[in-house]
Amino acid sequence: MADVKAKIKGGSFLLQTANPADVFTPEDMTEEQRMIGQTSKDYAKKVHGKLKEIEANKPAVSRPLMKEAGDLGLLALEIPEEFGGLGLDKVTATVSSEEFTRGGSFAVTLMAHTGIGTLPIVYFGTKEQKAKYLPKLASGEWVAAYALTEPGSGSDALGARTTARLSDDGKYWILNGSKQWITNSGFADVFVVYAKIDGEKFTAFIVERGYEGVSVGPEEDKMGLHASSTATLILEDVKVPVENLLGEPGRGHVIAFNILNIGRWKLGAATSGSSKYMIEVAAQYAKTRAQFGKPIASFRAIQQKLADMNIRTFVTESVAYRTAGLLDVVLGDLDLVNTDIKEAGKRIEEFAVECSINKVFGSEAFDFVVDEAVQIHGGYGYMNEYEVATAYVDSRINRIFEGTNEINRLLIPGTLVRRTMKGELPLMPAMMALQDELTSLTPFEDDGEPLAQERYMIDRAKKVFLMLAGLGVQKYQLALEHEQELLLGVADIAIEIFAMESIVARAQKALAAGKPGLKPEMATVYCQEAFERIGMFARNIMPAIEEEGDTLRTQLSIIKRLLRYTPVNVVALKRKVAEKVLDKEGYVL
Amino acid sequence: MEILVLLKQTFDTEAKITVKDGHVVDDDVTLVINPYDEYAVEEALKLREAQGGAVTVVSVGTDRVEEALRRALAMGADEAVLVEAPAGADELTVAHALAEWASAKQWDIVLAGNVSVDSGAGQVALRFAEVLGLPHVAAALKLEVGDGKAVVHRDAEGDTEVLEVTLPTLVTAQQGLNEPRYPSVPGIMKAKRKTIARVTPAAPVAAATVVQSVFQAQQNRRNTMIKGSPAEQAQQLVQLLRGEAKVV
Repeated sequence: MADVKAKIKGGSFLLQTANPADVFTPEDMTEEQRMIGQTSKDYAKKVHGKLKEIEANKPAVSRPLMKEAGDLGLLALEIPEEFGGLGLDKVTATVSSEEFTRGGSFAVTLMAHTGIGTLPIVYFGTKEQKAKYLPKLASGEWVAAYALTEPGSGSDALGARTTARLSDDGKYWILNGSKQWITNSGFADVFVVYAKIDGEKFTAFIVERGYEGVSVGPEEDKMGLHASSTATLILEDVKVPVENLLGEPGRGHVIAFNILNIGRWKLGAATSGSSKYMIEVAAQYAKTRAQFGKPIASFRAIQQKLADMNIRTFVTESVAYRTAGLLDVVLGDLDLVNTDIKEAGKRIEEFAVECSINKVFGSEAFDFVVDEAVQIHGGYGYMNEYEVATAYVDSRINRIFEGTNEINRLLIPGTLVRRTMKGELPLMPAMMALQDELTSLTPFEDDGEPLAQERYMIDRAKKVFLMLAGLGVQKYQLALEHEQELLLGVADIAIEIFAMESIVARAQKALAAGKPGLKPEMATVYCQEAFERIGMFARNIMPAIEEEGDTLRTQLSIIKRLLRYTPVNVVALKRKVAEKVLDKEGYVL
Repeated sequence: MEILVLLKQTFDTEAKITVKDGHVVDDDVTLVINPYDEYAVEEALKLREAQGGAVTVVSVGTDRVEEALRRALAMGADEAVLVEAPAGADELTVAHALAEWASAKQWDIVLAGNVSVDSGAGQVALRFAEVLGLPHVAAALKLEVGDGKAVVHRDAEGDTEVLEVTLPTLVTAQQGLNEPRYPSVPGIMKAKRKTIARVTPAAPVAAATVVQSVFQAQQNRRNTMIKGSPAEQAQQLVQLLRGEAKVV
């Protein structure tokens, strides 16, 4: 994998053609990874049966369940062996996260603990902090939480008003402030809290529940996620020992943003699992619900929904595993015993763009899937006794937390530009080279290999991206950051490119292995639909960059030529997918 | 205590069964440890935890069976053996193949599932005991082992029979015997490092049965909702039972 590390950089998917061999797919998982997925699923199914109990009494039911997860090793996956963990990779964490979602909103409790609660210490803690906290967090003896958001600072996390000042004897940091909507607040033992030293330097601290002055507000009355605890964390002259400062003073943002990066990829993985479950629920319902004298599953309108749900989920899944593979390449050999904080931050940051793509794509795909699942249920789907209703409201938060989808979209071009400026990504030379390429565009030629038109579409989409990004940078330069509509559109194109490429590479790999299943068909359908959307984004953005006139007309005609392709019969392909979904009563590949 | 578990890999109980060209298709199907055999594995692990010793799991089949054996190792079994399936094997062949391998060692107790959820013949374990001359007790709901004997509470068509049997013996597990654990992640990692021994039967016994055809069972169940007052419903039911179903 060393050579993969050399050639695949964060964001480089926009500039080069992916070699399928370098793209990790779920089919590449080892038997152990699958088995760990199965154990996660078995555990989550058990949790599922207790959701009502959890809702009625969160701490009393959640804590033993967390301990049980700890006994099974499920809280220790990403913790190094030296500190009571299992030191496993991100692919394992992906399959596990997917399956945890079968435990309804308790998955949020568990994943907040293992993710934003535990990982700041794993990646940025001192050896002493790790030795003190990680074994207890790995075993489930202690539960962790993460306290970043405040009433006045959400997306603008650095605007926090919680303060820290050094005590006169220099032994403690005195924290004051309140943190809002803190997952696991109701029963967590340890919180990673962000506060500003002397009101200026944004810094992370490890705060124990038992410290004097720590208190927790009442449970929030949320729209969904009723099995998870969410409450305010109140800090009143809390004396935090100086050795509990996490990372470096004034460098809290490095921890906050990088932990979010990991959280974003993992949210993608989780939505993949949630989507698969909803496909099962919807397919089963469609087969049992009869109208006009036959099961509604026999109607093509319903079949098309199931096919679309399955295909979208195929993308979410492919994107999540591809990203996990990338993260394993950069994080696999990171020393987590004697951590170099700077190095850890740099490595996690590498695939920030890809992580944001996971978050945006996964949350929106799942919203689509769960919405259609409700639709298939008709009026019954609006009744709380049906599981789709719960899933529907639970889904909504995914587009908000871990950075809103708007923030994440804006981060994509923002990060790309920043990486380009730092010389980490040759975006500028690629934009320059494009000028020549655009004058000598050759029409699509079938190379005789499978998925030829889809690969051509990906290549063309990248050219469209570079063209728009290049023109945008040229026109607005530093003021580009104010052109948010343009940035959002460009981000959407980048997301579609990563999505298309992830599934086409996966289908190619599956074809080479002689087990294609429906992957090539699903890749074809998605690519055609995504290509159409890319066309729409491009045609909307271009007139906002170029003034009306000859130049605009020329640019639009280039866009038109770039996006030329021959449509295939996606209706027939979707019928094929739907047939298999109904046959299996679940997600198919 | 040397504990042996006979184990079969079967379709997941939720799997859809498709018959094609006279064979059950198993390409896309999730395979699991036969649920009754999983009770046997769990009971074996509990016995070992209480009394010490080692648990060996053995199965007859193809390469794919390794998955089931690996799961048993991950649950905590000490060793696993895969006996290659002789061609055209039936229950008699399988029982002899298992017995041939098992006879090389002394076992204190052999555990197996009461029946497999696929073919459901319920023969292999009992035939195995017969070949090795072991006493056997079927459908255990509770098992107590000590002083060279076992006390077995067995499911006798809904009643419970309590039997005492001297070791070595074979006991098959009924649903309700225990609640099988699922493999912990450390267990899975430990199982990864273990090798599954491969054995080929030296003198396979030919099958005594021939499968003539395999076909998908047709379900022709129809529901008729009877409406009206209770008296009218009863009247109509009797008419239907007499007129249509012709059972009264």
